[in-house]
Amino acid sequence: MSAQSLPQPTAATRRLPRINPVYVLVVALILAIIVMNPAFGEPTGYMNFLKRVTALAILSAGALYVIVSGGFDLSVGSIMTLTVIGSSMLASNDPNSTYWIIPLMLGIGAVIGLINGLVVSYLKVPSLIATLGMMITLNGVAFMWSGGAPRGYLPDTFRFFGRYNITDIPVISLLPIAVICLVVFGVILWWGMHRTNFGRMLHAVGDNQQAARLAGVPVERVRISAFVVSALTAVLAGVILGGRAGVSVDIGSGFELQAITAAVIGGAQLLGGRGSVPATIAGALALEAIFTLLNLLGLAQPVRLVVQGLILIGAVAFATYQRKRAGR
Amino acid sequence: MTDTPLSTPRRFRFERHASTILLVSAVALYIALIIIMGQTRFLTLENLVAILGRSITLGITAIGQTFAILVASIDLSVASLISASAVVTSVVMNGDPAMMLPAVLAVLALGAVVGLANGLVITKLEVNPLIATLGMSLIIQGVLSYYYNNFAGNVPVEFQVFAYGTVGIVPFSLMFMFVLAGCAWFVLRFSRFGSDVYSVGGNKDAARLAGIKTDRVVIGAHVICSLCAAIAGIYLASRLRSGAPWIGAEGVYDLESIAVVVIGGTVLAGGRGGIWGTIAGVIIFSLIDSIFNVAGVDAFVKQVLRGIIIVAAVAFYAARSKRPVA
Amino acid sequence: MSDVPTIEMRGISKSFPAVKALRGVSFTCSKGEVHALCGENGAGKSTLIKILSGVYRPDSGEVLIDGQEQHFKHPQEALLAGISVIYQEFSLLPERTVAQNLFLGREPTKNGLIDNKAMVAETQRVLGLFGVRHRIEPETLVADLDVASQQMVEIAKAISLNAKVIVMDEPTAALNEAECEVLFSLVDQLRASGTAIVYITHRMREVTRLANRVTVIKDGEVTASFDHVPAPDVIVRAMVGRDISEYYPEPATASEIGPVVLSVSGGGNAALRDINLELRSGEIVGFAGLQGAGRTPLAMALFGAAPFTSGTMTLDGKAVHLTSPRDAIRAGIGMLPGDRKAQALFLMQSVRDNGMLTARSFAGIFGGHRANRFTDLNGMNALLDQMKVRAPSYEQEMRFLSGGNQQKAIVARWLALRPKVLIFIEPTRGIDVDAKASIYHLMRDLARAGTAVMMVSSDLPEILGASDRIVVMREGRIAGEFGRSATEAELMLAATGETGVAA
Repeated sequence: MSAQSLPQPTAATRRLPRINPVYVLVVALILAIIVMNPAFGEPTGYMNFLKRVTALAILSAGALYVIVSGGFDLSVGSIMTLTVIGSSMLASNDPNSTYWIIPLMLGIGAVIGLINGLVVSYLKVPSLIATLGMMITLNGVAFMWSGGAPRGYLPDTFRFFGRYNITDIPVISLLPIAVICLVVFGVILWWGMHRTNFGRMLHAVGDNQQAARLAGVPVERVRISAFVVSALTAVLAGVILGGRAGVSVDIGSGFELQAITAAVIGGAQLLGGRGSVPATIAGALALEAIFTLLNLLGLAQPVRLVVQGLILIGAVAFATYQRKRAGR
Repeated sequence: MTDTPLSTPRRFRFERHASTILLVSAVALYIALIIIMGQTRFLTLENLVAILGRSITLGITAIGQTFAILVASIDLSVASLISASAVVTSVVMNGDPAMMLPAVLAVLALGAVVGLANGLVITKLEVNPLIATLGMSLIIQGVLSYYYNNFAGNVPVEFQVFAYGTVGIVPFSLMFMFVLAGCAWFVLRFSRFGSDVYSVGGNKDAARLAGIKTDRVVIGAHVICSLCAAIAGIYLASRLRSGAPWIGAEGVYDLESIAVVVIGGTVLAGGRGGIWGTIAGVIIFSLIDSIFNVAGVDAFVKQVLRGIIIVAAVAFYAARSKRPVA
Repeated sequence: MSDVPTIEMRGISKSFPAVKALRGVSFTCSKGEVHALCGENGAGKSTLIKILSGVYRPDSGEVLIDGQEQHFKHPQEALLAGISVIYQEFSLLPERTVAQNLFLGREPTKNGLIDNKAMVAETQRVLGLFGVRHRIEPETLVADLDVASQQMVEIAKAISLNAKVIVMDEPTAALNEAECEVLFSLVDQLRASGTAIVYITHRMREVTRLANRVTVIKDGEVTASFDHVPAPDVIVRAMVGRDISEYYPEPATASEIGPVVLSVSGGGNAALRDINLELRSGEIVGFAGLQGAGRTPLAMALFGAAPFTSGTMTLDGKAVHLTSPRDAIRAGIGMLPGDRKAQALFLMQSVRDNGMLTARSFAGIFGGHRANRFTDLNGMNALLDQMKVRAPSYEQEMRFLSGGNQQKAIVARWLALRPKVLIFIEPTRGIDVDAKASIYHLMRDLARAGTAVMMVSSDLPEILGASDRIVVMREGRIAGEFGRSATEAELMLAATGETGVAA
């Protein structure tokens, strides 16, 4: 970030790699955790940490698509809830149901994302309100579906992605399936955002929507696609979270703000135009590491909310300050 | 790019009358439904008062939210603040009538501090108001949940008069809401501050060039918004006889207050709208609620329909604007 | 006139990161006189005014008001010192009433409350001063007024401040003939009442009609200053300065102009009527007219952004119906918008991403971001090199480039698609003089390569210098067509629709 802030970088400074401060932050936090709890340095320690962070990391990387395109998606937490509740109601403990439930849930997610996108693009409802409305609606649907109290259970085949570990691997000794999911979906989302024409159009739409339209970008389609990607990753995150944590009616609540916080820590520009998938995943790691530290310090759960609120405000204020210092 | 037709004919501006149109249609729908269902017992003055009485928390909150939105800001921390205010009210009073005044003062101070903090973060740190108030919401909720996880304290019977006392058939609280709305209207219409609120919301740069201290206006609007949310929390504590840390979030007062303001014809971009529109929006919402009740809609289905109605209502206005949205 | 001028600016210099805007400019204006400040677009007039009104601070030089040196840090301080500026872009609040706008930030109060009655009465008085009381009601919303009336409100605002100095920045840009006359008589009244008026314009007719003194600025320097009003051609020569032939490229020869590429007959929509038009390959057609004459709506209609609702349009002889910019681009039409920052630039993206965006928008979405069927990174680098875009690296974010280089990068965006028709709107607005010449040559090169070029411009010398053919618009219609030998006076006549007024 510091190299970016120079108005006219000289040839020398341009060659310096610009290290996003989030990576430094993650390393520092992890070192702090290891100092306080040496067991974290063992494979079971850090692998379980990664397993815990997977749902948030995938979710944040997906939510970043909407943020880069210039919007917010607050419905992702409720999509996670709906996925977990819906899957448990449909599965009724039948192990073979997983093979059609997950595709079905992805289908539902795609439809939800499509509705979000259509409402925002064509009805011009601010995305914050549209997706908040979707959040209320989906939470209501999840309640209706479960009748207020979830009855079903998730079969082990479903919980495979969130819970299962491959053991007896040399060096790292165990490898959770969730971590494999994190790497696979992380790479796919990175590729989509940073290596395709779609990703460049997302950036352009978020940077200057009117200019994008006049430059021939299919603005509506791009924005709608961003909401669909975000909703699909929310379903994936829901599958992984449900696998790890089981069924409850408020399982996804709060994740929407954590995802935005992770993106902001990773240096994403709110209201669009700039954002990086790897940095956002690192932002999720940083957030989870902070939560872990708070636990190690013996602070109660609600302190997380306070810290998260402070980080959210602090990160945006910091970014504003940096931009102002860079001038223009 | 300033090419515009030389003369724009004066035309009927739909958005300036939309809230009236919506209000009339909601009333018509309600009456039609009652007649169709043959439940004319709902067509009484008492029932009208009851309908309005159900929306007092929302109404008081929305009056404050109107100020925030008029200066082109927004406040998403009202729901948490309502919870916090209700809990502080009932905990400080804790059944003791002598503590009523200290409790109210403490809650108003809390509201003022939250509003000031929101305003300062938005103006001085230049944090996007959505994020600033979302962050504030998390902080309030976290602190509150740290200390309380259930109904805490209780409100003395003397104070429950605020929610349950009536003059004839009209509850004190309903009168209070209308008096508050009247004050807000007066401030917006006749005071220098009110005029500045519209100017800053309409065009911040022009306002600054004209010598208006724009930061102070934004901070002032946020203080008013938070004070109203605090009062709404006091009322809720009086009605529920105690406060709990989830009652604000449960009522979705953040989103509903914004929706009501927008339905009332105040534009999210700021600078246009007013209090009576907001009150019309509140009445529309209570009517919709009553329609659900008369029609016997299930509670969860009601939640789903509310979400859809809020988005539809905002879309009703937003789809006409040419400006790109976030 | 008193001995001490009301305003005196001495040796003002000001640089911006990419441009040296003013060099040692001196300027005075006294009580009861109209001092015309003339110059082409981008000559530095607006910068000088912004220094006078405290928006910018000069790098060197001093500003004296009534002989006292002043250092304005904020526009408010200049306002308090009695300097009132009517900018070209309005500073009115559309959703407030005329009276509320007039008293923005200084509403009269009575017992702590706003005195609406006094506001309305004072507004009526001020509006009455220049005879528009009957057409503007104090309690009308500004949004409900037409552009000319809004301009009147701006002026009324300046008058109600009882300013010592009123600066008018091209105040007639949006006015028709009758409205101009109202304005002129108002200026006469203000002068008679002892106000010092700085009147910025590049229209000779207004200088002749109004000015007591004339100062001409070109490329940030004073090139001529007169204590009387000289003949118009003397002023024009001082404004344009250098020999026109080296500034503008050679016009097209008859053999270079090819067949009709685009034609419109009977085109119309909310802002346009009866448009009949032909654009030929190899030809640059300049579109002149007043603000609001419909030039930009015409460009937007051709580009599909605000489509025609009647009439027919053909491209290469085939009828086309374009309803979105994507349609237009697919059909081979490109456009460079006038407000680059709002409508063309992606400031946070790299120069190369800015250049490649349109090509990418028409390639497969998963298609590698490195290459597509229109261009790839090397192709874009070559185009940017060819455009002579000056940037430390094409990875550089767009916001760090100067206006001229930004404009060239956007031209590269279109070149990658090789459009049949390319529309430039105000192509040199906010661009320094040297970069201007290269934009003109670029347009000419494009035309030579067979593109039909349409250029919308408010700068008459530019229209006359760069076009092969000139179309003048008025009130949404095409009001006349001229060859490149037309004079400014002829174009102005056609643009304003008046007869027999000498330039």
